[in-house]
Order: sequence, then C-alpha cells, then structure tokens
Amino acid sequence: MSEAVIRVRGLKTQFGTQVVHEDLDLDVQRGEILGVVGGSGTGKSVLMRAILGLLSPHAGSVDVLGETVTGRRDPVKLRRRTGVLFQDGALFSSLTVLENVEVPLKEHFPELSAQLRGDLARLRLRLVGLAPGTGAKLPSELSGGMRKRAGLARALAMDPELLFLDEPTAGLDPIGAADFDELLKTLQQALGLTVFLITHDLDTLYAICDRIAVLGKGRILTVGTREEVEDFDDDWIRDYFHGPRARSARAAQRRGGD
Amino acid sequence: MKASSQWLLEIHKPGRTLRLGGDWRIDHAAALQRTLDDCSEDFSGLDGTDIAALDAAGAFLLLEFARRCGVDAEAIKLEARQRELLFAVARSQEIEEPGADSDGPLWRRGLARLGGAVLALKVNTFRLLGFLGLALATLAATVLRPGRWRVTATVHHMQQSGLDALPLVSLLSFLVGAVIAFLGATVLRDFGAELFVVDLTTYAFLREFGVLLTAILLAGRTASAFAAQIGTMKSREEIDAIRTLGQDPIVLLVLPRLLALLIMLPLLSVVATLAGLLGGLTVAVFNLGIPTDLFISRVQETATLSHYLTGLSKAPIFAMVIALVGCLEGFKVAGTAQSVGERTTSAVVQSISLVIIIDALAAVFFMEMGW
Repeated sequence: MSEAVIRVRGLKTQFGTQVVHEDLDLDVQRGEILGVVGGSGTGKSVLMRAILGLLSPHAGSVDVLGETVTGRRDPVKLRRRTGVLFQDGALFSSLTVLENVEVPLKEHFPELSAQLRGDLARLRLRLVGLAPGTGAKLPSELSGGMRKRAGLARALAMDPELLFLDEPTAGLDPIGAADFDELLKTLQQALGLTVFLITHDLDTLYAICDRIAVLGKGRILTVGTREEVEDFDDDWIRDYFHGPRARSARAAQRRGGD
Repeated sequence: MKASSQWLLEIHKPGRTLRLGGDWRIDHAAALQRTLDDCSEDFSGLDGTDIAALDAAGAFLLLEFARRCGVDAEAIKLEARQRELLFAVARSQEIEEPGADSDGPLWRRGLARLGGAVLALKVNTFRLLGFLGLALATLAATVLRPGRWRVTATVHHMQQSGLDALPLVSLLSFLVGAVIAFLGATVLRDFGAELFVVDLTTYAFLREFGVLLTAILLAGRTASAFAAQIGTMKSREEIDAIRTLGQDPIVLLVLPRLLALLIMLPLLSVVATLAGLLGGLTVAVFNLGIPTDLFISRVQETATLSHYLTGLSKAPIFAMVIALVGCLEGFKVAGTAQSVGERTTSAVVQSISLVIIIDALAAVFFMEMGW
C-alpha cells in the first residue's frame, strides 16, 4: 500500500508577486482517499491544477502514476488514467449528458464501436446513480446535484486509476451531500480508485477520507489520519477540527458508525 | 496470472466451462468485444480467475457475454475484488431504461419544428403586446405621481444610450449620406442632372434614413445592453429581491429605459439627418462640383416640414419597440449565463427586424396617403 501515486516535491507556485505555495511536499498513496482542506485562498485548487499539469509551477516537481508532469507540455497518457470532477461539473453545455460522458471515450478510444461506446457511457451514468433517461437531457436541465453526478460519470468514463474531485459536495443539500459521499466511497472501493479530494465539508472528511492533508502558509501543515491531524498544534486546525461544526460532524459520524 | 500490460483472451474448453484470461480493461475493449462476438457457442460456466486486470468496461462486457451465454453473474468465477466490481456493475444494470421515445420520421420532426416555431411566434407576439400594455399602464399610473419618477436613472440611461451613441450615429450617417450621393451621381450624371443628388439625399434622410439608421444602430447597441443588464439581474435574483422589497421592477427598470429612448432617439435622428446631409454635401462639393450655397438653397427648396414630420413620426414607435424588446428579453432570462447570451442575441435580432418591418409598413402607408 505504500506506493505513492502522486508525488509532489518542493513545489513553488506564484502569481505575480503573490506566492501561493512554497516548498510544498505531498504524497498520495495508491487506493486511499486523501482529503485536502485549508482556509480560503490557501491554494487548494491551485495545487490540484499544478498536479494535473494545468499550470506549470515556478519550482519543484510533480510525479503522477510514475510519470513526471512538470515541464511536459501535455501529458496525454496521464489524461487516460486520471479523471477530474470540477466544482460545478464543468459539463459541456452544448452536448447532452450522455454525449458528455462519451467525449473522453471518443477521444482516447476511437476504435470502440458507437454501440459499445454508448453502452459504456450509459453504464457510467447508472454507476453514479443517475435516473434512466437523464442521458438525453442537456446539462442546463439538471439540478446541481445531478450535474455533479454527471460530471463524476464523465470523470469515470475511462476507468481512471486516479480521481480528482474539487469540492464535490459544495452546494448540495445535506442529504444530497451524504448520498454523494456514500456513492464516492462505494465507487472507490468497487473500482479500486485513488482519490484526491478537495473539500470544505467536515462531514465528507469524516465519512470517507482515509487521510487528511491540511494546507496553510503555502505548504502542507500536516498530513495523516483524522486523529493525527486533529491533535496537530496550529490555531487554524484547532478552530477547524474543534469548532461547533466539527463536533456535530463527529457526533453524526459516531452515530452512523454504531 | 498474465502480465497485465499484455492483452490476452484465452478460451479453453475443458468440459463445458470457458476459461477467460488476460487484460480486461477499457484499453482493449474493442478487441475484446470482437473476440466475444465471434464466440457463439454455449457454455455452462465461465471461469475468469486468470483475468489479470478488470475494470468497469471489462466487467460490462463480461456481464453482457455471460447473459448471452445464459450464465448467471453469480456463477462467474472471479477473484474477490473483481467479483465486487462485477456485482456493482450488475446492480447498476438492473435499473430499467425507459423505452426510448422515438422522434418519428424526418418529415414529422420537421413538421413539429415548424409547428413549434409558429406557436413560439404567437406566444412571443402576445407577450410583447402584453408587456407593451403593462409598460404603458404603469407609465400612466406613474406620470401623475412625481414621487415615483426615477429621474436619476432616466438621465443615466439617456447618457448611456443617447449621448454616448452620438459619435457613432453621426459618423455612420455621414458615410451613408456620402454613399447615397455617390450612387445618385452615377445614375444622374448620364442625364446631366447631377443637381438632383441634393434632392435625393434630402428626401432619403428626411423621410427614411435619419430615423431608420438611428433606430437600427440603437437596436444593436441599446436593446442588447438592456437585455444583458436586466438578464444579469434576473439570473442573480435581483428582480425577485426588488419585488420582495415592495418595489415594482417595471417602474424601477423599464420606465427609465423607455423614457430615455423616447427622448433620445428623436434627438439622435435629428443629428443623424444633419450628418447625412453633410455627407451628401461633401460629395457634392468635392466630387460633383456643386457649390455649397447652391446645395443649401436646393435643400431649403426640397425640404418641407411635412416630409420631416413624416420621418420623425416613426421615431417614438421605434424607441418603444427597442426599449420594450430589450427589457422583455432581459426578463425572459432563466437561470444560467448561457441564457443571458441567448436572450441578448434574440433582443438584437427581434428589435432590428421589427424596426425594419414597421418602417416598410409605414412607407407603404404614407405613400398611399400621399403624405
């Protein structure tokens, strides 16, 4: 289990004179769900974009699935093995939901027959629990929760080993968010995924994450299991994990666990 | 166990059990499907313990194949983790897809589109007329109550849609005036009647082009701005907020824009007429050798008040069309940013079309009346 799927070393990113990350190290192990938390503006999304190779860092290196991302123009091979769910799904608005899921299949596996491609795309929609018939709809006709599920279906289209999720439960109602958490956990176990998950949602953090990384002051403050992170000596972490919302999330988790 | 980097499908038949092996991942899905399709015999059992790697796509193909062979999913022999995946896929497959409602043949879909378009036109017309009535009724109710006048907003829109458009309107009218003079000159020179270029330009601008050019420009410039402004407010629920605060969005948003255009469009079209005549004058002086004082005296002979009033009488109607279409399209925005874009486009298309249609009808009417 100790194989690092994502390996970040000495990462430095900056916009103009504003330094976002400085000397940041992070390892994500195969088969785990790593939750990334941090206050607003600590560069959680920027970190994800750097790992995905969507922006090139000032210094440092990023290795994903054994390949170096930094300094490459476009790591096409990696795109086949990673899936990304952006904040609001980022579905292509001019395509139906089913066509959205077919896009990566068409791009990377043009040899698939149209019939099989459609079947595989429908399979993803079913796996993420979208009602039958949703495939023919346009993204604008879906609710926020359904858009996220559809986005997840597209991210899963190529059976990736590594899944990136940017605030998957933001903007969902508590029941929808809990459902989404459960769905993620089920899929992660069934498909054997490694998940890099950015979140603000304490419930998500407690319910499905194996390890938690806390971002702050331009680096990873601490990373570890929930218990290890909670005991770390830092004001922000204390407020975050021991505030009233954290207490109720923990209580809910305990009730759910019994 | 085979190396997972290598694609392999092994079919052995000891007894009537089919043994499967190799890499069952999406990278080989197409080849897998071909092999499975070729395999048409019946088997009593499937043994997948040699499958090195399985993903959801592979599991789907395996399930399909098992179903075709009449083998139960439970009966497929697999490694424990792969079994879990297979069952997860199998469970999701149990949800029934509703019967795809066919759209029918092409001619029926074409007919349906035509019908939809006609209905949409009818609904759209009724809505525009209804909105016109609403705006006029609100205007009438507001006129007598100066406390509800939105003077600042009105002046603001007068500046934005009127004063700021002045350079563009004058420049374009000047150029069109010059073009008309050129066109006239090429035809009239053959008859030695270049002087009538002055009549042509004067007629054209007093009766038609002064107002029409201004209206078309404002339809592109202002109707789109109105639709985008109100549409953005609608999508951010600002319109709802206005209502819940006990205010009337028509008074607050529509009347200032309507009044601003009602005042500014006639004024702009006066400027446009002058600029057009100036364009004609420039061509006449520099290209046709007609002296400036002759041009001006000729204009004075040709231009009568009735011509000008005929032209100008259309200005308030155009102003109303542009303002109302722009505002109404803004109010039609639903939800997303994409909708704002669509409505803005629609506002421009509708207002320009309406302006030209009304102008054509008016031209026929005035001609028949002999005005």
